Amino acid sequence: MIPMIRSVVFFGCFTWTALTACAGDTTHVAHDKPSQANADVPITLPTGFTSITVTSNLGQARHLVVAANGDLFVKLNRLKGGKGIYRLHDSNGDGRADVITGFGNYGGTGITIKNGYLYASSNSEVFRYKIDEKTGTVDTASKQRIVTGLIDKGEHNSKSIVLDNNGNIYVNIGAPSNDCQPEGKDREKGVPGQDPCPLLPIAGGIWQFKADKENQSYADAVHYATGLRNVVGLDWNTEVNALYVMQHGRDQLFQNYPNLFDQKAGAENPAEELFRINKGADCGWPYCYYDNDKKEKLLNPEYGGDRSKTGPCESKVHSLVQFPGHLAPNGLLFYTGSQFPEKYRNGAFIAFHGSWNRAPEPQAGYFVVFVPFKNGLPSGKWEVFADGFVGGSLAAGDRAKYRPCGLAQGPDGSLYVSDDNNGTIWKISYTVK
Amino acid sequence: MKRTVLPAMVCLFILFSFVTPQQTGTKAAAIERGKKVYLATCLACHQADAGGVQNMNPPLIKTKWVLGDKKALAKIVLKGLKGGEINIDGDTFSNPMPAQEGSLTNQQIADVLTYVRSSFGNSATMVTLADVAATRTRLNQPAAKTAAAPVKKAAPQKKP
Repeated sequence: MIPMIRSVVFFGCFTWTALTACAGDTTHVAHDKPSQANADVPITLPTGFTSITVTSNLGQARHLVVAANGDLFVKLNRLKGGKGIYRLHDSNGDGRADVITGFGNYGGTGITIKNGYLYASSNSEVFRYKIDEKTGTVDTASKQRIVTGLIDKGEHNSKSIVLDNNGNIYVNIGAPSNDCQPEGKDREKGVPGQDPCPLLPIAGGIWQFKADKENQSYADAVHYATGLRNVVGLDWNTEVNALYVMQHGRDQLFQNYPNLFDQKAGAENPAEELFRINKGADCGWPYCYYDNDKKEKLLNPEYGGDRSKTGPCESKVHSLVQFPGHLAPNGLLFYTGSQFPEKYRNGAFIAFHGSWNRAPEPQAGYFVVFVPFKNGLPSGKWEVFADGFVGGSLAAGDRAKYRPCGLAQGPDGSLYVSDDNNGTIWKISYTVK
Repeated sequence: MKRTVLPAMVCLFILFSFVTPQQTGTKAAAIERGKKVYLATCLACHQADAGGVQNMNPPLIKTKWVLGDKKALAKIVLKGLKGGEINIDGDTFSNPMPAQEGSLTNQQIADVLTYVRSSFGNSATMVTLADVAATRTRLNQPAAKTAAAPVKKAAPQKKP
């Protein structure tokens, strides 16, 4: 009898993948028990906080959003079972997803909900669907293409999205380049950057579109901000009604300019930066970078920089917070809930995906950071909030097991974190009263 | 008679080992030299374990790109790749591979490829100086030059 039950459970787990592979948009597949697939994965948190694992093995889980009824919607970079968006429903209230449904036949990063619509992006387009937030039901037949024809050359092609409260959607268009060296010479040692950078009219910035108009492209958009190499984490701060973004800084300062940056300086530079973006902002890429050792915005070596020249950089928009190099900030969320203690209110959580360009120094990042804010400005130092995603040590050459990518806030004020290495989702709650 | 032959042979041998470019030498020596090139030039993107970086830089472990045709592999190192050209079991990699023809000699390329093909669980034959030299010559013939993107004048090549 026991072996039979075991084999039924086993078969159930096994068929989840198979079923979702051929499931239509409305097929629901139950995960009865917390199986091995969603056993809790421990992470470390400040005192008073606890986490549970909502699900695992979802694939390359990028950004995520929570509907008013508590259902999670996760955007996958690569299709799993032929689907690019997964809805996670918890039917018994234990916090773990037990009904998982897929739809959408495109990979991508961005996903958000606003005014009765679920918005999701591929690497070149943005779509929306009607959603009933009371039940979490998405009308997949209502799919509309809102934005189309955005540049996708592979490198930095994630299109992250956020809406304001005035019917606009903001889309990041990353520059397919390290520091705007000529096409075919990207990342090559000793090759200067192009001036002016020909990528800036179509990439390396934020574009604003109407949230309800179909088939918009560059010609219909407001070129809202420029000089941003690649943004993956972005959020609209409702307290001060402004856009904030996290920029991924350029790579290879040690490899390409060993006369200016030793191995350690190359790992720590440039800063990963948090910007407040007003319309028309120019944040300086590819001409400028923020030097973490000099504490200054300086001219990039591809444009003649020597770690002291500022060139045009003084007049560019300066960042509010700087982080160590190459940590790859992929998620940004301003916390508006009331479940967490007072100090977290209106502050910024940032999910760092973790580095690769710190090698041969040990890699770093792979954590969620908190920055306290007051009136739209940082009011204290950043601190690590959630850690332990590495799943072991991180000596030189080691690899992280989980890579934080997306952040979302639940209706009860819980914080959700996604990992795009294994597809694990955590729900973090404050449990001390 | 014997007296003169032996020293002459020794002399010849010594002379030969100097004249014969260090380039040939044993596979073990090539691996040793290639490791240095790997650490200085390749590790930053392909990582210490050659496992690459998800979605960005491809792994160099047990793939047909590394274990297959040596001249095709030498071409990748000499001329680089655009992002997205490598596909391993459905995974693609967005970062471009910078061309190394201006910064690495034929010998360094032969050594590093021999190292990679013999390390990280890989086991394949040596890449020789002749393999790389022939590939570089073929790729830089006028016909190939016009087909390829214009090559900016980089550091002059050390002739082997």
